[in-house]
Amino acid sequence: MSWFLVERVLFLFGRVEQEVKMSFTRREVLKGIAFCVSLFAVVLTACSYLSCAKKSEEIRIGEFGSLTGTTATFGISTKNGIDLAIEEINTAGGLEGKLFKVIVEDDQGRPEEAATAVRKLIEQDRVIAVLGEVASSRTLAGAPFCQNAGVPMITPSSTNPKVTEVGDFVFRVCFIDPFQGKVAALFAYDSLGARKAAILRDIKNDYSVGLAEFFATTLVSRGGKIVGDESYSEGDIDFRAQLTSIKAKSPDVIFVPGYYTEVGLVARQARELGIKAPLLGGDGWVSDRLIEIGGAALNGCYFTNHYWEGDPDPAVQSFVSAYKKRFGGNPDALAALAYDAAKLLVVSLKTLSSEDPGAFKTLVGNPTARTEKLREEALAKLRDILAVTRDFPGVTGSINIDEKRNAVKPAIFLKIENGEYKYIGKVLP
Amino acid sequence: MQEFLQQLVNGITWGSIYALIALGYTMVYGILRLINFAHGDVYMVGAFVAYFAARLVGAPGPVSPIAAVLVLLIAMGSCALLGVGIERGAYKPLRKSPRLTALITAIGVSLLLENLGIIVFGPDPKFFPQIVTPRQMELIPGVLVGRHQIVILAVSILLMLLLQLVVLRTKIGKAMRAVSFNRQAASLMGISTDNVITFTFAVGSALAAAAGVLVGLSNPKIDPLMGIMPGIKAFVAAVLGGIGNIPGAMIGGLIMGVAEVMVVGYVSSTFRDAIAFALLIVILLVKPTGLLGTGMAEKV
Repeated sequence: MSWFLVERVLFLFGRVEQEVKMSFTRREVLKGIAFCVSLFAVVLTACSYLSCAKKSEEIRIGEFGSLTGTTATFGISTKNGIDLAIEEINTAGGLEGKLFKVIVEDDQGRPEEAATAVRKLIEQDRVIAVLGEVASSRTLAGAPFCQNAGVPMITPSSTNPKVTEVGDFVFRVCFIDPFQGKVAALFAYDSLGARKAAILRDIKNDYSVGLAEFFATTLVSRGGKIVGDESYSEGDIDFRAQLTSIKAKSPDVIFVPGYYTEVGLVARQARELGIKAPLLGGDGWVSDRLIEIGGAALNGCYFTNHYWEGDPDPAVQSFVSAYKKRFGGNPDALAALAYDAAKLLVVSLKTLSSEDPGAFKTLVGNPTARTEKLREEALAKLRDILAVTRDFPGVTGSINIDEKRNAVKPAIFLKIENGEYKYIGKVLP
Repeated sequence: MQEFLQQLVNGITWGSIYALIALGYTMVYGILRLINFAHGDVYMVGAFVAYFAARLVGAPGPVSPIAAVLVLLIAMGSCALLGVGIERGAYKPLRKSPRLTALITAIGVSLLLENLGIIVFGPDPKFFPQIVTPRQMELIPGVLVGRHQIVILAVSILLMLLLQLVVLRTKIGKAMRAVSFNRQAASLMGISTDNVITFTFAVGSALAAAAGVLVGLSNPKIDPLMGIMPGIKAFVAAVLGGIGNIPGAMIGGLIMGVAEVMVVGYVSSTFRDAIAFALLIVILLVKPTGLLGTGMAEKV
């Protein structure tokens, strides 16, 4: 059967070839090919010439994020935060007279697209550092390319511990899930008085699965009990089956370490099924859309966050007002972390330029064959500078990078009440 | 026991959505022997039309019951037109071509609708306005039924009854049955087969749109790719009940919905999609004609 198909295809090809030969003379074909090749060459030179002229004098930073898809507000907030930081620096004259340019790639919220985006940023745009992602699964998809190319990567808000374990070029400016899960469990046990907890996790998501594990371990070690452990997949819209079996176990609290779109629907359906227990979650809840989708069903629910926009700290307030002026609307935690990540990168570059001006120069514009090796060394130096960050004054608190390239920072608890976030407390690491 | 009954309620509601979509598959297959893969995307368009129509009648604020019905009718009407358009534009020119050509065209139309949806509506999920305020009532102690679930059940039962009435009691229904039995003979008897086919597409698409609106109501998140999975599962439901058989599609849909909810509730959510296809394989091995399908029985 298959042999017959192969024969058939070969026969068809033969016929096509014959037809081509019949309609053109060999000379005409050659002429056509020559024309195409020369046209292609002209276009190629023009392109490379133009792009060279344009790109020669800027410092290019890459960013990848979910500007569209079910976690679109993650990418948009992050982009706004980075844009705000870079615009502030560029209006102040840039660094050593060189301006920054951020090249943004949309990964549509898909890990496979994230990998492609990072490769493009490194290989085609030749960026000197990559900022991004929020979702740990997507950061994990992109991180190996940064590590292999020796390009520093700073993720503003991926909290899964595996992210920085990819290699010594990957950093983050937020706390990690073992800490977040632990404080969430302690909060449930001590402050909410919960002894029986149920978990509803996104089974396809590294962040969600990890956070659920850390929550469960801490709660059990304290003497609490996990009475139900259910799962869903990102994109699901019906959670009634899982919630019904959770309801039968009557937990005191339900831990939902997911992203905002699903959490909003979960809250709604939980209340419809008559579940009164509060929901508890992590920083994946951070989005304006959460309240829009969940509505009143989210009243009395809690989540951990990186910062609180109502924080009276003047650094936070000046950031909030600058953000409001530029974009309208309040900056969420992801915007604040992105702002910090961009600022940290720029400050580290500044240190590099004062310590080793020659190395800094190789990072400006496009590398040539001569500077390729020097650029690699300069990026390694930039990495070393990032690795010893101490007491960097960020909007989300002071940032210290530990030996595993994670930031050590406090977590904040927020409660949702009538569509507003209420500050409950801060837990120090 | 309470838990089981609650799961049953969840399953039946979800199943009646599958049944509504499956009806469109089964009717078109009964008449044209074509699996209309674009059907799941018509369901998506239905949800989006309702999303915009609801804003016209005053959502996200409170909406009167009449306005809610109006939203449903607008969505069904627009999708009936869309279905007719798809049939006239994509399938009618291929009526004389091999069945494989039409099948591949159906896949093409499906991809076209999905990607047009991404361009027109944007790839971000939209929040479907709550045109019916959610409220619960206790069926028996411990088993809650939401108002959305009651609306879903009531609307789908009503639509299915109407469909049965049309197919069994009206002239056009008789014509549908005749065309399904033998298209050539029917056209020799003076039945305009093209009109019958157009009517079938209109009805099937309107039912899919109703399903889209009902899903948006109870699970208020809609996006341009929401039709893929329910479309495939409703197709499995149609095969399960015996493709080409209307009561079969209803029963198949209900079985699918209940099976899915039970698997998620008592086993694991990872098997949610697997169960649908496991059912398909089993039914094809054991009874390839489906539960109610019998080679030459009444087909519409």
